[in-house]
Amino acid sequence: MPSKPGQSQELTTAHELISKEASNVKTRNVVFFVAFKLISVLKIGYLLIVVVNLHLILYKTHAMGLIASFGKYLLFIADVFRKPERRSVMYKLVVKEVYELGFKSVLFVVFVSLFVGAVVTLQTAANMEGSWMPRYLIGYATRDAILLEFSPTIISLLLAGKIGSNIASSLGTMRVTEQIDALEVMGVNPVTYLVRPKIFALMFFNPLLICMSMFGGVIGGWISGTLSGECTSAEFISGIQYDFVPFKAVYAIIKTILFAFIIASVSSFHGFFTKGGALEVGRSSTRAVVFSSVFIIVSNYILTQLLLN
Amino acid sequence: MIEIKNIVKAFATKEVLKEVSFTFEQGKTNLVIGQSGSGKTVLLKCLLGLHEPESGFINFDGLDIVGKSNKNLKGLRKQIGMVFQGGALFDSMNVEQNVLYPLQMFSKLSKEEMLQRVNFCLKRVNLENVNHLFPSEISGGMKKRVAIARAIVLNPKYLFCDEPNSGLDPYTATLIDNLLQEITHEYGMTTVINTHDMNSVMEIGEKILFIKEGRNVWEGTKTDIITSENQHLQDFVFSSELFKTIKRKS
Repeated sequence: MPSKPGQSQELTTAHELISKEASNVKTRNVVFFVAFKLISVLKIGYLLIVVVNLHLILYKTHAMGLIASFGKYLLFIADVFRKPERRSVMYKLVVKEVYELGFKSVLFVVFVSLFVGAVVTLQTAANMEGSWMPRYLIGYATRDAILLEFSPTIISLLLAGKIGSNIASSLGTMRVTEQIDALEVMGVNPVTYLVRPKIFALMFFNPLLICMSMFGGVIGGWISGTLSGECTSAEFISGIQYDFVPFKAVYAIIKTILFAFIIASVSSFHGFFTKGGALEVGRSSTRAVVFSSVFIIVSNYILTQLLLN
Repeated sequence: MIEIKNIVKAFATKEVLKEVSFTFEQGKTNLVIGQSGSGKTVLLKCLLGLHEPESGFINFDGLDIVGKSNKNLKGLRKQIGMVFQGGALFDSMNVEQNVLYPLQMFSKLSKEEMLQRVNFCLKRVNLENVNHLFPSEISGGMKKRVAIARAIVLNPKYLFCDEPNSGLDPYTATLIDNLLQEITHEYGMTTVINTHDMNSVMEIGEKILFIKEGRNVWEGTKTDIITSENQHLQDFVFSSELFKTIKRKS
């Protein structure tokens, strides 16, 4: 039905109005949407800024804390090398610590080394199964694995657990029971008296301990290799003599001395500055083991890079 | 004699000692009393040079120790004996080795003379036949007595005790108090004792400093306490029924 001209004009106006309204709504929606998005972006941006700032503050604080701790550690080490009150007392203390920290670890180290040497031999033999490689290489591989890495590094890590926790907990207990304060009041430098003998004893005895571990590991490998029939005794012995570079033993001993210093000094540092009670002694002990292990791993990499490459 | 003047000590923003002044007299048992957390131990640690005060001075018979390094205080430290709250005996040493330790470190006596001195000091604190026992094998009271023997073995001029009878039964506590007083008079030492035990105060308080919230609130002798009208002191001293009754009767 044809519409009247007036009616058509009204319809057009209504249509225009509706479309205008729709366009307004659309524009408003777009504006709202954009505004909402902007606010969201701003919010996220603001949140990001807050988070980044917080991280920076935390990082800064943490970094500052680490730097401060490292500075404190250096001062502590400087104190270790101060002149002791009585040299004769110091010698006795070093001997005592050699017995307590070193000699008492001999059985543990030899036991672990024997079995790890045996396992390394069996694993090497299993990997060489069916290959063209001569069997004496089992002895060669065992020797190098034990000499270069297992004895100096892994045994040092185990000792960081055994000796490190012992040092940190004994010094921590002395701190919380005021025994260290008692030394200070008497005029005895507690760092020289308590820490120095431990460091000297470990640096002296750990190389011996690691040599025992090397022998133990190789003997363990020889026993397991020959008992399992993977190689003959002659093959294994010829393998451990094959292409032997004496510097590798020197490298292992250098590592051991450094690791001994790390174990004794880092553990003593954590134990010495314990604050609080029994709970904190436990925490110091844990921190001592963790930090000693981390320092050993990192310095192992650096030393290997410096000495072997 | 130890003289302290306007000692201020703060940890971070918290002021623990606020201008404390006092004179600890020679040949007398000087007591520092106050509630837990009033600053007694901090004051003692300042006197021992374990804490550095923010301001003020501490004078040991003419020697000012504030700002001095450990190295400079070494000579003075040899004249100081300290009895810690828990005894602080070295766990790895037996009784004899504990008392012998300061002699080994600082004296030039022969081994025999050292052992004679150790036995004399152990006898002085009424301990005999315990030389070879370890700290873990003796009672709390005995530990305190070994700590006193170790503190006096070098014949110190100054003796410091941090709550020497805490954790002890009243009988043993009185024994320890009397022993400290006897030793002080016998050797003419300047003895400073931190305590909040009122029995000790009434027993051996020849000169008393009362600290409240880090401030020197009152000073006097054990006889002055009864007559003092200082409200803070009255509240502290006569907080128990027993002492209230004693006051009423006196």
